[in-house]
Amino acid sequence: MTSLERILTTLRHEEPDRVPVFLLLTMHGAKELGMSIEEYFSLGEHVAEGQRRLQRKYGNDCYYAFFYAPIEIEAWGGSVIYREDGPPNSGAPLIKSPEKIQQLKAPAVEGNPVLGKVLECIKRLKATGDEGVPIIGVAMSPFSLPVMQMGFEPYLLLMHEQPEIFERLMEINTAFTIAWANAQLEAGATAITYFDPVSSPTIIPRDLFLQTGLKVAQNTLSKIKGPTAVHLASGNALGIIDDMAGLGAPILGVSAMENLTELKARSDGRLTLLGNLNGIEMCRWTQEEAAHAVRVAIDSAAAGGGFILSDNHGEIPFQVPDETIMTIAETARSYGKYPLQTS
Amino acid sequence: MTAMKQTVDEFKEALLNLDRIGASAILDRLQPEISNLDLVSQIVVPALEQIGDGWEHGSLALSEIYMSGRICEQIIDQLLPPNSEFRKHQPRMGIVVLDDFHFLGKRIVHSQIRSAGFELQDYGRKTADQLVAAIQADDLEIVFISTLMYPSALQVKEVRNKIDRMTHPVKIVVGGAPFNLDEQLWQAVGADAMCGNGSEAVKYIHRFMERK
Repeated sequence: MTSLERILTTLRHEEPDRVPVFLLLTMHGAKELGMSIEEYFSLGEHVAEGQRRLQRKYGNDCYYAFFYAPIEIEAWGGSVIYREDGPPNSGAPLIKSPEKIQQLKAPAVEGNPVLGKVLECIKRLKATGDEGVPIIGVAMSPFSLPVMQMGFEPYLLLMHEQPEIFERLMEINTAFTIAWANAQLEAGATAITYFDPVSSPTIIPRDLFLQTGLKVAQNTLSKIKGPTAVHLASGNALGIIDDMAGLGAPILGVSAMENLTELKARSDGRLTLLGNLNGIEMCRWTQEEAAHAVRVAIDSAAAGGGFILSDNHGEIPFQVPDETIMTIAETARSYGKYPLQTS
Repeated sequence: MTAMKQTVDEFKEALLNLDRIGASAILDRLQPEISNLDLVSQIVVPALEQIGDGWEHGSLALSEIYMSGRICEQIIDQLLPPNSEFRKHQPRMGIVVLDDFHFLGKRIVHSQIRSAGFELQDYGRKTADQLVAAIQADDLEIVFISTLMYPSALQVKEVRNKIDRMTHPVKIVVGGAPFNLDEQLWQAVGADAMCGNGSEAVKYIHRFMERK
């Protein structure tokens, strides 16, 4: 089976040859190419080559065309602050006060040099002609983007206290996210991961999510012209799992803080779960601990398909050693063979 | 249910409903029979504690902790003004985001500590070297360090090593997502304690004061 066939089978809630594995590696490509993180992300060509090498090295079931979270902010004219040992952060907020939102304009995706790097990466991956390995693009949710656009605290206040301006911001962001996601699909991405941590019950209560993040997700996802996955980036999902199942995105990225068996039971064949290896603990795992964590995840959620093994956040930390990643990949290949063994 | 427990529940509900006027009214009706300090320790702190526990157990959201803390902070500034007797015997404390650009966690803990009637210096964002200099200059007894990114959490070790070399007695208390996800991390980076939320930070301060 190719990776794509394996994934499509698990999405149908049937058992493929083995559990598919998405090693969501971003910065590790820089190590493969012997570059700093900043140099690595300066060209789409670098990231495409990094992803190709990582896929060959670990037998990854996807190419991951995600650069770093604030790349969209950079495209809006914001600054990005690099560091040597981790993902870049967004700099000073773009939106200094809610009043500025009325005049806010989203950048055009076409011709944007920052977004162009990602599109170039996707085109290069597509050009390899390896149709068996899906290319995963990423778009930040219009509802979560403001955390980087204006800062978390001002955004929470906006959401609670200025609903009209909040709606205006969602309108602007939604148009941008749809255009950005569709540009990645046109460039050759197989599917789009919609990162939406703010919608998680870890961040806002379900009542507020129903009035805000859910509506934004429904509106946005319905206009993305390709398959989508929703990822809550370490945020909990159980409290909104029925709402998530109704979104039309067949995959949900879930947290290490929740029980995978319970998530599988509650998703009840409606969602394929993506997760939930603990990316922070992964930094210190021994080989045996890594193999054990993979076995536990497979035992918890892989029976009957509907499961892709991955980390809980959508980005494996730079500090995770190659040996640990290899152990995860190898254990998934051996222990994750269907029909499953019982531990 | 005791009358006090009922009042705490009522106060908590007002906070979760973002009803600042209602929350203030609950405390107003208990005065002057109950002192301001007792209102803080018997109503405000337990309510925020329950909200913090709710977040830890997944029944409440971060936004609810933030908004509740914000309301309480405004109320407490009236109940315990800066010159109140309670504030005179507090440890010298500071709070900081270490080598990170995510401020909400610090803001929430800062707000909850202040809502419990304590004062602390907000250092904003600092690197390890800048923080060590501030600890020394202000002769802090407790420093609360908030991080969101894993590499920033690792910077606590840098602070610990420098503090140890200076033999400064400050206690390093850490919190934030990396520490919530890996329960061993706070010890690995040499912190003295880890707090999962602002209420735990308040409990740490009380324990520190009892030991003094």
